[in-house]
Amino acid sequence: MVVVLALVLLAVTVAVVSAPLRAGRRPPQPRSAERDELEVAREAKYREIRDAELDYRTGKLSREDFEAVDRALRAEAVEILDRLEQLGEEIRPRAS
Amino acid sequence: MAGLGRVCLLLALVVCLYGIGAALYGVRSGRIEFSVSARRSVYALAGILSVAILVLEIAFLRDDFAFNTVADTSSRTTPALYRAAAVWSSQEGSLLLWAWLLSLWASLALFLTRNRMREVASYATAILLGFGAFFVSLMIFYATPFATTNPAPAEGVGLDPLLRFPTMMIHPPMLYSGYTLCTIPLAFGMGALLARRVDAEWIRATRRFALAAWLFLGMGILLGARWSYSELGWGGYWGWDAVENASLMPWLTGTAFLHSLMIQEKRGMLKVWNASLVLATGTLAIMGTFLVRSGVLNSIHAFGGATLGVPFVVLIAALIAGSIYLVVSRRDMLRTEHRLDSLLSRESIFLANNLVLVGLCFVIFWGTYFPLISEALTGRESSVGPPWFDRYTVPLALVLVLLSGVGPVIAWRRATLANARRNFAVPLALALLVLVVLLGAGAGEKPLANAMFCCGAFVFGCIGQEFFRGVRARRATAQEGAMVALLALVRRNRRRYGGYIVHVGMAVLFIGVAASSSFQHASELGLSPGQSTRVGAYTIRYVRPTATITPKYDAAHTGSTLSLGAVLDVTRQGRHVATLEPSEGYYASEEQAQGSVGSLIGGQPVSHVSMDGGVTRDVWTAIEPDIETPALHRIVTVGNRTLPPEDALVAIGYLARAYLQHPPQAQFHFIVSPLVMWIWIGGLIVFGGGLIAIWPAPSAVRRRVAIRSRARAAQGLARA
Amino acid sequence: MDPARKRTVRLIVALSTAVVLASALIYTSFSAASPALSPSQLVREAQAGQSYQLTGTVVDGSVHREAAVLNFAVEDRAGGTRIPVAYTGTVPDPFREGREVIVTVRKQGATFVGERDSLITKCPSKYKTAPASENQNS
Repeated sequence: MVVVLALVLLAVTVAVVSAPLRAGRRPPQPRSAERDELEVAREAKYREIRDAELDYRTGKLSREDFEAVDRALRAEAVEILDRLEQLGEEIRPRAS
Repeated sequence: MAGLGRVCLLLALVVCLYGIGAALYGVRSGRIEFSVSARRSVYALAGILSVAILVLEIAFLRDDFAFNTVADTSSRTTPALYRAAAVWSSQEGSLLLWAWLLSLWASLALFLTRNRMREVASYATAILLGFGAFFVSLMIFYATPFATTNPAPAEGVGLDPLLRFPTMMIHPPMLYSGYTLCTIPLAFGMGALLARRVDAEWIRATRRFALAAWLFLGMGILLGARWSYSELGWGGYWGWDAVENASLMPWLTGTAFLHSLMIQEKRGMLKVWNASLVLATGTLAIMGTFLVRSGVLNSIHAFGGATLGVPFVVLIAALIAGSIYLVVSRRDMLRTEHRLDSLLSRESIFLANNLVLVGLCFVIFWGTYFPLISEALTGRESSVGPPWFDRYTVPLALVLVLLSGVGPVIAWRRATLANARRNFAVPLALALLVLVVLLGAGAGEKPLANAMFCCGAFVFGCIGQEFFRGVRARRATAQEGAMVALLALVRRNRRRYGGYIVHVGMAVLFIGVAASSSFQHASELGLSPGQSTRVGAYTIRYVRPTATITPKYDAAHTGSTLSLGAVLDVTRQGRHVATLEPSEGYYASEEQAQGSVGSLIGGQPVSHVSMDGGVTRDVWTAIEPDIETPALHRIVTVGNRTLPPEDALVAIGYLARAYLQHPPQAQFHFIVSPLVMWIWIGGLIVFGGGLIAIWPAPSAVRRRVAIRSRARAAQGLARA
Repeated sequence: MDPARKRTVRLIVALSTAVVLASALIYTSFSAASPALSPSQLVREAQAGQSYQLTGTVVDGSVHREAAVLNFAVEDRAGGTRIPVAYTGTVPDPFREGREVIVTVRKQGATFVGERDSLITKCPSKYKTAPASENQNS
């Protein structure tokens, strides 16, 4: 009984672990690391823009400071968007 | 069945070693299928260890005393719930729990990052499997949970009575989840340094796990403090014991990491700090695990003795050496162009925050390991006590609370003085008001506690102001009611407002700590039935004694053979405050030398504390009944002489009756602590805030936000 | 002062403060610490006023309570020198004759007075409870 269970466990483990090695077809084209990085940076930049606005509305930034920061952040955001476009794929907001 | 468990461990070790090889080969050669195979090894490890722990659980639930572990920590009379949890009350069982939790969290982390960060994740896989291999090897070679004895003993030793409390059963899994979760950011941090990719993606992946680790560890620590306070007989929640400190240290560096990560996100600064903090947190978590289970420091149990000490020291030394090497060799990558612009800015507050937290960690580290340090330096082992810890941690804690109020209100990069004046006026006024009230109420002789109250008030003012202004800003654009605006505000800015709630919770917690430690009133009372005595404003009267017998073979909660206690009536200025019923439970022991009757009550006694928790104060008492009076002693000796073991329970009945009829004077430990309840409430608030901060924003919201932001970005550019 | 210079100054100030504070910490830890001694060592070296961590076994038959004060004697693990201790405060549940204890004491005349609530009793079994248990629980 124990032997049977142990063998089953061994078989399942080997199957699971070796599956990618046995796969005949090529693994799916890995996503470009740079594109992932840019997308994450874009999300972070959007969040920063919103945070800066919230900071201004709650009185931490003066109007001039806010406008300067906002402009700088939006410029950085557009830079990221440009680089993403250059990577050739259509820019879609990520679903997850 | 134990054979299956042993096979599981061996298979686990093989899988770990294979996975390490596959991950490293996959990342070096660029052959992705090996990296994927390595990730699947982690899933397989989780599966195998789940089978192993299931085998052990079943053995416990079925009372399979062939397993040494089961025989040592369980018995037929232990209630099912405690039997199930007794799996991790032993050295070997807790190792299995640790390894299993590690495999689960690692699987989750790698699953969530399966499509991204390929290089970093591969290295992280290797490191996590390395930890797995370490713990599995410990189980195979040093302390196996699957050792058996043939023939199996008929009955087990039973669970230590001190562990038969629900909080004590959740505490290890919670704490171990915290410790094991700390290794995830460590692995990803090392992976990022190895792959030379310390960037936004790494931050995003690590942040959630670091926050989860921080939450679990914090809750584990709080549960431990709560257990200590409500179940142990000394009435305190924190004693600067080495084991407590061991869990606090990674929590402190974890807190620093979570904060300074924000700076790296926003301004690309403090990269060296973050790399160092994440590695330190993981290493301290491993050190915490190690401290608990070795006889290295005096004031904690020897969980396992010296045998496990050497492998752990090797692992920790390797971690420290590896971390230092990685940070130093990658320092060019960790350099930043940005610099601290002004001392009056959020960045510098965060930096100060880092310094205070690391300072706290250093103080606690020094004090905890001092016996080892002093022995190494002076040849003689000395230790420092709670007063030393308090002297240095209290001022640091005050600064920390203060910073937690200033941080949210001050601006990034550079705050102007005019801005500061406008933003801090109300909180400072609130703090001042509190100070005046305190001095007026005559509580002035405890300056540190008062300082903490004022700092807490300051934090409430700052955070309250933030919420108020946020709601007001939101209502200016969207026509919403205040409550709706508040909920929407928090929902759309979870990290920020979740964090603010955490700050409020911490302030509440610290206020509770300050009040209950500075204004506590503890006394030792000796009372006989009918007697009453005064303690401060309270009058305590011993109403009547209590004695309960529970048969040895029972399914009851406590399982004590004999419980002696008292009913106390506590009044204050004539008004009834509480009725307390403390007792001391006497358990059976295995020592035949104590005699047939003596061995029924000769085991380790456990004090059952009685407590009345209130919003403003807790009234707490423990009893130490006198079981050695001549009359009671005579019953025991006569019983030992005349009664065989199977009839010995009769004598216990006589003992109980004699105690009730002629109750001797009993010693009571009586404590009135103000505001203790707020420590637990504060902890719950922290937990709630943390949950809000960690909760991912629903994708729909993010999509809307993203589209709107993109449009506005384009618009803004056109404007500029 | 140009920004670079300002930054260097700030760094130096911060580092020096850290070093000074750390040194103060380390220095006071040595003077505030209680050395751990066995009864035979304590008898030889005890000085009035200094606190020590007495480690040893509770002598059989030596435990008796006078109201709030618990009197007991502590001897070396191997037997021999006995030291009487007068202790007030919480007594941990595992405390009994024959168990190993650690108690912080100060010398007062011929007896040693135990510091309040400093009594720790070691658990007799080879392993015990899960992490973060209180010192009374040892």
